Amino acid sequence: MNALVVANVSRRRFLQGMSALGGLVLAVGYSSAARAQAKKYGADGMPNGWVDDPLAFVSIAEDGTVTIVCHRSEMGQGVRTGMPMIVADELEADWKRVRVAQAAGDEKKFGNQDTDGSRSTRHFFEPMRRCGAAARTMLEAAAAERWKVPVSEVEAKNHEVVHRPTGRRAGYGSLAKAAARQPVPARETLRLKDPKQFRYIGKGQLKLVDGRDIATGKAQYGIDTRLPGMLYAVVARPPVYGGKVASFDGAEALKVPGVERVVQIEDSPPPAHFNPVGGVAVLARNTWAAMQGRRALKITWDDGPNAGYDSAAFKATLEESARKPGKVVRNDGDFDAAVAKAARRLDAEYYVPHLAHATMEPPAATVRIANGKAEVWGCFQSPQAARDLVAKRLGMSSDDVTVHVTLLGGGFGRKSKPDYAIEAAVLSKAVDGKPVKVTWTRDDDLHNSYYHTVSVEHLEAGVDAQGKPVAWLHRSVAPTIISTFNPAAKNEAPFELGMGVINVPFAIANVRIENPEAIAHTRIGWFRSVSNIPHAFAVQSFVAELAAAAGRDPKDFLLEVIGPARQVSPETLGDTWNHGESPERYPVDTGRLRRVVETAARQAGWGRKLPKGHGLGIAGHYSFVSYIAAVVEAAVDDKGQLTIPRVDIAVDCGATVNPDRVRSQMEGACVMGIGIATLEGISFKGGRVEQDNFNAYEVARMAGAPREIRVHIIPGDYSKPMGGVGEPGVPPIPPALCNAIFAATGKRIRRLPIRDQLKV
Amino acid sequence: MIPLDINGKRQNIDLPGETPLLWTLRDELGLTGTKFGCGMALCGACTVHVDGQAVRSCITPISAVANKKIVTIEAVGADAAGKALQAAWVDTGVPQCGYCQAGQIMSAAALLRRKPKPSDAEIDEAMSGNICRCGTYTRIRAAIKQAAVQQGGTR
Repeated sequence: MNALVVANVSRRRFLQGMSALGGLVLAVGYSSAARAQAKKYGADGMPNGWVDDPLAFVSIAEDGTVTIVCHRSEMGQGVRTGMPMIVADELEADWKRVRVAQAAGDEKKFGNQDTDGSRSTRHFFEPMRRCGAAARTMLEAAAAERWKVPVSEVEAKNHEVVHRPTGRRAGYGSLAKAAARQPVPARETLRLKDPKQFRYIGKGQLKLVDGRDIATGKAQYGIDTRLPGMLYAVVARPPVYGGKVASFDGAEALKVPGVERVVQIEDSPPPAHFNPVGGVAVLARNTWAAMQGRRALKITWDDGPNAGYDSAAFKATLEESARKPGKVVRNDGDFDAAVAKAARRLDAEYYVPHLAHATMEPPAATVRIANGKAEVWGCFQSPQAARDLVAKRLGMSSDDVTVHVTLLGGGFGRKSKPDYAIEAAVLSKAVDGKPVKVTWTRDDDLHNSYYHTVSVEHLEAGVDAQGKPVAWLHRSVAPTIISTFNPAAKNEAPFELGMGVINVPFAIANVRIENPEAIAHTRIGWFRSVSNIPHAFAVQSFVAELAAAAGRDPKDFLLEVIGPARQVSPETLGDTWNHGESPERYPVDTGRLRRVVETAARQAGWGRKLPKGHGLGIAGHYSFVSYIAAVVEAAVDDKGQLTIPRVDIAVDCGATVNPDRVRSQMEGACVMGIGIATLEGISFKGGRVEQDNFNAYEVARMAGAPREIRVHIIPGDYSKPMGGVGEPGVPPIPPALCNAIFAATGKRIRRLPIRDQLKV
Repeated sequence: MIPLDINGKRQNIDLPGETPLLWTLRDELGLTGTKFGCGMALCGACTVHVDGQAVRSCITPISAVANKKIVTIEAVGADAAGKALQAAWVDTGVPQCGYCQAGQIMSAAALLRRKPKPSDAEIDEAMSGNICRCGTYTRIRAAIKQAAVQQGGTR
C-alpha cells in the first residue's frame, strides 16, 4: 500500500502521538523490507511492551501465601483468574494459597495495561510463564543453598521445594526471604514447563478469583468507591457533540437538600480525544441529591455545528456515498472486466446503526488530591491513560498520580476512554482536593458515549453460470474512530479496514474494496469487536445471498468461497495492520477458517430436519487473530415472533489458558450479537441521542437470548501463537442469525436492528 | 427520621422520605452490593427484598419501606435459597463482569421462595427484568435450576 497508514494503532499510541506531534502518528508507507525492520509486533509493539520480572508480579509471605499481581483490567473476561493462573502454574504454586492483587496503573513497572483488542492472554502468556518460572527457580536456588546441595537435585512441586535424593522438603513460605535475596535468573536460562506438566493452564478447573465476592455483594467496582468526606457528583453535559454551556444558573440546584456545590467543567471543543465534554456538575452529600440538584439546574446550551445530526438523513447520505466509487483500498484482478463478463450480477446494501456499550456499571471515578498528589479510583480499561490524562489536566507529573483499578462492571471499549476520571479530577480540584466521585447515570452513558460507528456496506458480485462469484466489490462507508482525534479524517483507518473488509481471504480472483468518505458528527469510539460487526454482517450475509441465488447449500457455498486450505499473507490482502501482529506469525489461515465452519455445522447437525418455522444460518469470521463460526437456529412463528432455540459456536483461538472463560466469552458474545442484531441502535435527532434508558436502548434479555449455546473449542498447541477471545465471538452472530431467519422465512434482513421487521 | 430494618438491623435514617432506597443503601449505609444500573426499574441491578418480595430499590422511596423487612445481597445468604443460589453461581461460573449478578441473585431468590422448582418459562418471566450486558443468561438459568434441585430436599 502506498497510502498513508497509521502505524500499529493502539489507543495509547494515539495519546503519545497527539502529545508529541499535535496530530496523528502517521508513517508513510515503508517498503515491506523496511517495515519488517522498523515495525514491532504483538506485545513488543504496544506502548511499554511487556515485563516478565517476577519481582514486579510475585511476592511470597512467610505463611506461604503467594500474591500474584494482575496488571490487566477485569471486565468479565476472566483475566484476574487467567493471568495469575499462568504464573501460578509455572511457579508450581498451590492455587488455594494464591491471592490476586490488582496492579495500579504503572506501565513502566508492569508493561502495557491497556486492556483492549483481545490481547491480554496472547501478549502476556509467555511473559507470565517466565515470571512464574523465574520465581520458581529462585525458590529452588534458595532451598539448594540452605541444604548445601546442587540445585539440580531440587525441584519445586506444589508449593514446596523437594530435595529428590533425600526427600527433604521446604515450604514456599519458609523459603520466601531467602528466595527474595536470590538473583533474578536470566531469561534465557529459564526452564519452562512442558505443556503436558501444566496443572492449571488449559484445564478449566479453577473457579473465578472474584466469583464468591461477586455472588455475595462484596466485589468492588468503580462506582462503589467511598472515601471519608467524599462528595457525590453528577454532571449535566452538552447534549450535542461539540456543544457547550452558553449560560447557567445553579441557584435552584443549591437549594436542593444535600447539594453542596455547583461547578462548571470547562468544555473541550472537538476533537474529543479522551477529554470530558464539559458541562455543569452538582456535588452533594449523596448521588440522589446530586441528581435532584442537576434537575434543578437552568442551563442554556450552545449546540454548535452538530445540532443538525439526524440519523435518518445520515443514512441516506451514507447510501449515496456507497453507490459511488470511493478510495480504492484493495484491488485484485479486474472487477469491472470480470463483472462485465459474468453470467449474473447481484448487489445488496447493509446497514448497522450506532451502538452504545451500555455497560451495566456506568462510567464512574473518584479522585482525591492532597499534598501535590492525586489518587484516582475507578473502572479503567487503560489505567495508564487515566493516570497520564488526569496528571496533564491537573498540571502534575504522572509520577504524582496513583490510579487504583477496581473491577469493571463491563467495559466493551467504553472504559478505555478515561474522560470520567478527568471530570472527577477537575471537581476534586475545585473543592480543594476533597474526594469527589463522579457517577454517570444511564442517560448520561447513552447520551455522551463514544459510539460504535454507523455504516452502510454496499456489495456487488458477478457470478458465473454456476452462481460462483468471479468478481467481488465491497464499498464500506462509516465515520472513522480517527475522527475522534482528528476531525479531518473521513476514511476508515487501516485498523478498521483490517477488521473484515479488506482481509477477507476468499478464493475470488477479482476483488475491489473501496472506502468512500464519511464525516463524523459525534464521538466515534471502539466498541467490542469494532468494525468487524458491520463488515462481517455484510460479507457473511452477502455470501448467503449468493448461495441462495445459486440455489446452493449456504455452508457448502461458504466453504467454496473461502476456497482450499492455505495461508494468506495479510499484506497481500492489503492489510498492513493485522491486529498488530506479525504477518509471518499470524497469516490468515483459510484452513482454520474452514475448520471452524465445518465444526460448527457438524456440531449443529447442519441439514437436520427442523420444525416448521425454524431455520439454520451459518457465518464464519476471522478477527483478533482468531477464527470463529456460528450456526444459529432461528424460529419465527406466524406472528413474526423470533426465538432462538440454539446456537453452536466453533472457536479456534489457538491454545487456551482457561477454556471455561473462552466458553463464557463465546456465550456472552453470542448474546450481545443477538442483541445487536435484534434490538440495539442509537439514533440522533437534532444532534441529540434519542435513547435515554434501557426502555429505548434495548439489549438482549433472558427470554430473547438463545435457549442453548454450545461452544466447541478447537484444540490448540501451546507452541503456536494464541488468538484473541473477548471480541471475535460477536461478529459472526448477526449474519448467522439473519441467515437463519432467511432459511426459516425467506425474508432477508439487511438493516439492523431487526426489531419489528419480521412482524406480520 | 425514617426507621428502616435492613438485614435484621434497625436504623433511623435522616434523609428526605423520597430518597430512593438504592442510594440510601449505597451512599449512606455503605451497602454497595446493591447496584445502580438505570434508575427506572428497567434493569434489575438494584433488586432487594422487601418483606420477601423482589423490589427495585432505585424507584422505591425510603418512606415506602419504613419498618418493613429489607434484605440485600449482603445478607441473602442467611436464607437457604439465597445461600444455595450463591453457591450455584460460583460453581456454575455464572459471572462475567459480575455487576448485575447481585440483582440477578436477589430476583432468583425471590423466585425460588415462590416457586421452589420453577419451569424455564417461570424462570424467564421472573428474570426478564434483570439485564446482563455480558450475556450470562444461559448460565443464570442453569444455576437457578441447580439451586432449585439442591433446595428440593429441604422443601
